[in-house]
Amino acid sequence: MTATETATENAETARELTYVGAFNEGIKQLMREDEDIFVAGEDVGIQGGVFGSFSGLADEFGERRAVDTPIAEQAIVGLGIGAAVAGLRPVVDLMFMDFIMVAMDQIANQAAKLKYMFGGKAELPLTITTNGGAGLSAAAQHSQSLEAFLCHVPGLKVVMPSSPHDLKGLLVACVRDNNPTILVKNKAMLGVTGPVPEELYEIPLGVGAKVREGTDVTIVAYSRMVSESMKAAERLADEGINCEIIDPRTVQPLDTDIIVESAKKTNRVVVVHEAVRFGGLGAEIAAQVQEEAFDYLDAPVARVAAPFSPIPFSPGLEGHYVPNAKRIAAGIRETLGRPAPGA
Amino acid sequence: MTVADLQPAGDAYRPPTDVAARDIMDLAFGLIRVLDDEGMAHGPWIPNLSRDTLVEILGTMFTTRAYDARMMKAQRQGKTSFSMRSRGEEAIGATTAKVMGPDDMCFPTYRQASYLIGRGQDPLVMMNQVYGNAADLNRGTQISGMYTAADLGFFSISGNLATQMPQAVGWAMAAKAKGEPTAALGFVGDGSTAEGDMHAALTFASTYRPPVILAIVNNQYAISTDEEVARGSAQTFAQRGIGYGLPSLRVDGNDVLAIHSATSWARDRALDGHGPTVIEFVTYRASAHSSSDDPTRYRPEDEFDEFPLGDPIKRLRLHLQHLGYTNDQANELDTTIRVMIEAKNDEAEAIGTINTGERPPLSKTFELVYETMPAHLVRQQKQAGLQ
Repeated sequence: MTATETATENAETARELTYVGAFNEGIKQLMREDEDIFVAGEDVGIQGGVFGSFSGLADEFGERRAVDTPIAEQAIVGLGIGAAVAGLRPVVDLMFMDFIMVAMDQIANQAAKLKYMFGGKAELPLTITTNGGAGLSAAAQHSQSLEAFLCHVPGLKVVMPSSPHDLKGLLVACVRDNNPTILVKNKAMLGVTGPVPEELYEIPLGVGAKVREGTDVTIVAYSRMVSESMKAAERLADEGINCEIIDPRTVQPLDTDIIVESAKKTNRVVVVHEAVRFGGLGAEIAAQVQEEAFDYLDAPVARVAAPFSPIPFSPGLEGHYVPNAKRIAAGIRETLGRPAPGA
Repeated sequence: MTVADLQPAGDAYRPPTDVAARDIMDLAFGLIRVLDDEGMAHGPWIPNLSRDTLVEILGTMFTTRAYDARMMKAQRQGKTSFSMRSRGEEAIGATTAKVMGPDDMCFPTYRQASYLIGRGQDPLVMMNQVYGNAADLNRGTQISGMYTAADLGFFSISGNLATQMPQAVGWAMAAKAKGEPTAALGFVGDGSTAEGDMHAALTFASTYRPPVILAIVNNQYAISTDEEVARGSAQTFAQRGIGYGLPSLRVDGNDVLAIHSATSWARDRALDGHGPTVIEFVTYRASAHSSSDDPTRYRPEDEFDEFPLGDPIKRLRLHLQHLGYTNDQANELDTTIRVMIEAKNDEAEAIGTINTGERPPLSKTFELVYETMPAHLVRQQKQAGLQ
């Protein structure tokens, strides 16, 4: 299947929705369509989730399908695995991506491997949703981007949407997928608005998108770093630098083809992510680009990412910690050997 | 909100501190109370406390309440990112801080600011942390309200739940191994008892029998969910300890005298080599979970007024009146403290808030990640324009 084949969305029905509103609409429509879908997690019932993601679900579908759980992340994922194997289609929520570490044994050693260990006899249509990312002065234990941990585990699919539109479409794909999927929303984007078609539509997992056409350099970015990269690209356009932006959307499995194809065209690649640079996805993407397109590269693949330290609380520190348009633009100028404006 | 078996003040027996856990299982199902509704003290759990000590605890509670309210206001004013209050449950930290010894270690949750204040921390130091200003000892690296004060026996607060409980057990195991006459006090919320870490902590406490008090603060809510979501089919949280063979007390957490007495009992037992104690303190979270939470979405607004164990500050004031400490004296103390908090807040704000004053140096992002900075971090620090 290709993106065009599955895109049943109709641009005419699109309205402006927030990122969290797109998620909420998507999960409600999915639950209306399929009675096997239920959500479970901390505060997802009567309160509708601490970020409002599950707002109205308990009212519409009852507490049996919007389950407030005790605070035990490994048990939340464990109940999801059990219910999925039993034939339901669970969506389990971990309030913050940081808390995923509590559930890593269930995720990495159980969910990811059960199909393989059951000789294919176990279906695991489990979706884990969570909230990652920095920018809210939430500091070391509530701001992390830990996708590299997840992407390292065979058996998992990991999705990091960069817009309300993609969030809804990727949520639908995750929930309908028969593999364990992890959908990571970005906390700093919850109130960001964008056009979202009203009907249910699916964005296929593992298929990236070209979000900006360009010729001079390829920026590979996902989640909130896509909008920061767009800002950087606009800034650089004034300096005569024409950036192409690729959003893989799904980070496991990664759409290497779309990245390599772009690299062959622009001959330069800069990977941007919020996670720390060391051992981040930027390293994987850089390695794949040089494996597939070494002869096309005019410069080493560059990475713009966070320093190798915990995320600080003070906005004065956090603002320098998290990559932003300014740092992305600087990284691109360096890759192109261009001086900073005024330099 | 349920407070099962509201036992009258003075009704619960006080066993010797070397009692076998199996002989006091009923204490996990009752409620150890000393103060009645009129502020009179009753029964075998009356502690031997001077009026001055009680007034000090009252002062700690006044300070915590005024401090919390001021910091929430600061959050609403955009001067910090986040705030958590402990209104309604100040007695637990304020009182246990007086019980634990100078070399003991408290492993708090984010709702034990009253413990830190009770140990003598200057609210100005805490405000500087909340604002992440130039005088903040951590220089803007740790999230607002997650204090740390090793010198006051106050372990760094974690935003991840129940992680401190195995650590408290481990600290106590080390104290036992070193033969030191100290104890650890770990706090966990009712909701967080569901975490695997809590059950692992109980298992290790049961196996190694170190000098540790595992205190469950049952404030009726885990953000939006009622305490029964975590309690499940059990009647009480104290009951959890029974399955691990640990002595378990259920205590009125809004009764300063009962808290003091039960915690002292557990600490004496620990230091005498009889091992851990589980204590459930029953209280009420009178404010929102945090500055990000709106409790009107999930509970009645007047519920605190209906809470059968009342407000710990009012109850101690009433008791002090019987000891000759008048309502006017208490009001005067409260006013003095509120003025002090405002003055200290002015002082802290003058140094800076999250958005004003001197920014923390960028080097703080790179320091203290490791004892010695590794080469790649040195490189990144240079790339950020620092030496």
